[in-house]
Amino acid sequence: MSDDLHQIWVYLSANPLAGLTLTLVAYQCGLWLFEKLGRRPVLNPVLIAVVLIAGVLSLSGIDYRTYFDGAQFVHFLLGPATVALAVPLYNQFQEVRRSALALVVALLVGSTASALSAVALVWAFGGSAVTILSMAPKSVTSPIAMGVSEQIGGLPSLTAVFVIITGIVAASLGTWVLNLVRVKDWRARGFGMGVAAHGIGTARALQVNEVAGAFAGLGMGLNGLATALLLPTLYHLIWG
Amino acid sequence: MLGTLTLLLLCQLAGELAARLLHLPVPGPVLGMLLLFAGLLLRGGVPAAVQETAGGLLRHLSLLFVPAGVGVMVHVTRLETEALPIIVALFGSTLFGIAVTAKLMAFLLSRTDPRLEEDPAAGKAVAGKQAEGDRA
Repeated sequence: MSDDLHQIWVYLSANPLAGLTLTLVAYQCGLWLFEKLGRRPVLNPVLIAVVLIAGVLSLSGIDYRTYFDGAQFVHFLLGPATVALAVPLYNQFQEVRRSALALVVALLVGSTASALSAVALVWAFGGSAVTILSMAPKSVTSPIAMGVSEQIGGLPSLTAVFVIITGIVAASLGTWVLNLVRVKDWRARGFGMGVAAHGIGTARALQVNEVAGAFAGLGMGLNGLATALLLPTLYHLIWG
Repeated sequence: MLGTLTLLLLCQLAGELAARLLHLPVPGPVLGMLLLFAGLLLRGGVPAAVQETAGGLLRHLSLLFVPAGVGVMVHVTRLETEALPIIVALFGSTLFGIAVTAKLMAFLLSRTDPRLEEDPAAGKAVAGKQAEGDRA
C-alpha cells in the first residue's frame, strides 16, 4: 500500500500533469473566493492562487523548477495572449486615434515616473544594487521586463516576481487610487493601469470596462516598447 | 478556435523572427500584436471566430501570470532581508505610476479632445461611452 502511494508520488512529482493541474485548480479557487467574498479587488485571484500553490509546494517539498515544468504550458500562453491584445485595440481604434497625442505624452511621463520612483524608493530605503536594477523594469509585461533586467545587470527571475507583485498591487488598489485622484475617464483609467501594471492591470481593467481594457492593453504594449528602448539607454547614460 | 490559435502563434512566431533578424530590442509577442493589428486594419474588421477566441484568452489573462508569480518562493531570502525597500517601492511606485499616468492622460484628453461630433457616427459612439465613464 505505502509502496503504491510512493510510486504514485514519484509519478506525480516527475510529471507535468501535477503542476499544470495545481495551477488551474488554485486559480479556480482564487476566482471562487473572489466571487464568493463580494468581488473585492484586494482578494485578487492571482494572489490567492500564488499563495495556495506556494503553500502546497512548501508543504510537499516540491521545488519550484519541478512545478514550473508543468506550469510552463500556462506560462507559454502569455505570448499568444499578448498578440490577442490586438483585438480589443482594433475594436477601440477610433478612440485611440482621437487621443494619440495625449497617449504619447502620458506614456512617456507615466513610464518614467513608475521606473524612477521605484528605483528611488528602493535606494532611499537601503536596498541593494541588484534589487534596484531588478526593480527598474517592473511595470512592463514579464517577458520584456526580464529581458531588460538582464541587459542592465539585474536578476531576471527576481524581476519577474516584482512584475507580478506590481500587477497584484495595481489590481487590488488601482481602483481606489484612481478614485482618490478623481479620474473618471475610462480611457485614462485603463491607460494608467496598463502603463503602470502591464497584463494584470489590463486583466483588471478588462473586468471593469471594455474601453478601459482596450486602453490598458495599449498602455501595456506601448510601455513595453518604451521601456525596452529607453531603460537600457538610460542605464548606459547614467552608469556608463 | 483552432484557426485563431494558429493565427496568434503565427503572428508571435513572425514577431520573434523579426525581432531576432533585425536585432530589435522589442519582444516578439509585442511585434506579433502590431502585426495582427495591421492585419485587422487591412481587413477592415475582426472575424467572429477571432473575436471569440481572443476574448476567451484575454478573459483569463491573469491566470497566465500565476506560474511566474510562484517564483516568489525562490527569492524568499532576499525578499526577507530587503523587505522594507521592496515593499515600499512596489506599493509606492505602482500607485504613483497609475495616478500620474491616468491624471495626466485625463487632463490632456480634456484639453485636446473636445468631444465634438465632427464625424457623426464615431462621435456618437464616443459621446455615449464618455457619458458612461462619467457616471461610474
